[in-house]
Amino acid sequence: MNFDKELDARGLNCPLPILRAKKALAEVGSGQVLKILSTDPGSVKDFAAFAKQTGNELLSTAEAGGEFTFFMKKK
Amino acid sequence: MDTKKMAIIATKGTLDWAYPPFILASTAAALGYETQIFFTFYGLQLVRKDLSGLKVSPLGNPGMPMKMPFGPKWFKSINWNMPNAIQSLVPGYENVATSLMKMTIANNGVATIPDLRGLCQEAEVKFLACQMTVELFGFEHSDFIDGLEYGGAATFFEFAGETDICLFI
Repeated sequence: MNFDKELDARGLNCPLPILRAKKALAEVGSGQVLKILSTDPGSVKDFAAFAKQTGNELLSTAEAGGEFTFFMKKK
Repeated sequence: MDTKKMAIIATKGTLDWAYPPFILASTAAALGYETQIFFTFYGLQLVRKDLSGLKVSPLGNPGMPMKMPFGPKWFKSINWNMPNAIQSLVPGYENVATSLMKMTIANNGVATIPDLRGLCQEAEVKFLACQMTVELFGFEHSDFIDGLEYGGAATFFEFAGETDICLFI
């Protein structure tokens, strides 16, 4: 998937992935896509909840070998 | 849509209890909530300039696991809980437990309290300190970080009365 910015939140735990994502989203324009890498299993539900509450669109969630990849489109 | 609001009353002054207010406030701010924390009684410790005095208090706290942050996995999984009578007799027990807790925090990619507090300030979480407790405990305003507001219960309710979420921690 194409993306405009990547955030490496691997090794970070709650709530840092969300806080870093919020910051990274502020640096991209509306409609642009942020790719997020995380190793926090809690981040799967957290990013879904974050998207739902902020109006940013969670395009996809994938897991491979304990690593999670999210694509989020800025509102 | 109106901005959602959250208020937290932070009343605890130990390292472990410093986490819930700052984690919830920073996350709420990231979700777009207008957020305020009212620091009162021991919670004032969380807004001091110097946070190095924050410690965990394992004494009389059976819910707190005492595990080693280093060594092989089997060693890390041992729970070293000590009877209260021994904890109270060993000098520096709290300091050792605090050092171990700080190592565990770092090993798990959990933010430090100064970091989380900074993230709250960056996200414009409003900090309100209880003026009555400041005086009761003999603190000076110069003991605390800049940007604090000082007020009492009525000041807190001015904001709390309009919130969607209000928590006592």
